[in-house]
Amino acid sequence: MIPAIFFYILAASTVVFALGVISFGSPMYSALCLIGCLFSIAGIFALQSAQLLAVLQVLVYAGAIMVLLLFVIMLLNLSPRELGPARVTRRKVLGSYVLAATGILLLTRLPGHGEPPAPGLGNDFGSIETVGYALYTEYLLPFEMVSLLLLAAIIGAVLLTRKSKGGGS
Amino acid sequence: MTDETLCLSILLFIIGATGFLVRRNAIVALMSVELMLNACNLAFVAFSRQLGDVTGHIYVILIMTVAAAEAAVGLALVVLIFRARNAVNLDEINLMKG
Repeated sequence: MIPAIFFYILAASTVVFALGVISFGSPMYSALCLIGCLFSIAGIFALQSAQLLAVLQVLVYAGAIMVLLLFVIMLLNLSPRELGPARVTRRKVLGSYVLAATGILLLTRLPGHGEPPAPGLGNDFGSIETVGYALYTEYLLPFEMVSLLLLAAIIGAVLLTRKSKGGGS
Repeated sequence: MTDETLCLSILLFIIGATGFLVRRNAIVALMSVELMLNACNLAFVAFSRQLGDVTGHIYVILIMTVAAAEAAVGLALVVLIFRARNAVNLDEINLMKG
């Protein structure tokens, strides 16, 4: 079972990188870990016969979004003083424990329901052609609405960060 | 492979939620949100493969678009807050706290 071995390697690297994202002090290291995490997830997508999504994950997430994040991190150039001390309050510790307990509960309840066998998937499942056909026929309206959302986000981001003529916002 | 992928998705979501709650850096909080969105994407892809239906892939594409919009606007807000208050610590951004 070669795919299973690959899956476990990719899953382990995903979890390790995700832990790195939330445990490194410097946001730069966190961002680099997040890139590794996103690449591992792209590999898992490819294993799940979602080729188009694997490519999109690398292009859009690891490419565009992470470059934007890294740009902002370098632009702000935060010093350790501005990052502030890491304060661990009782509420945070309690919240983490509750979250971990929720996760363990979900993990223990999840398997054992007996998954139905996956149907034989054709070679073109998850290819650009199949996904694109569904996207442009059945899901045309959500697709267009999401494009409107992107347009609004672009205009909003530009308007927010633009320096007004009066100097200072 | 569906069960394993769902377990990974749960783990990733919990890690993201913990990071969002524990870390007080606004940029790292945004990254934690990305982690949670990716956990959702994993679950969608796993179910899509299980059911042999391509709908899950469409959802993943829509979620990616929303994540891109969220990152753009969120980072613009972080830059604005840093300009105004010289801090990105979420504990210090409490102007609207009653």
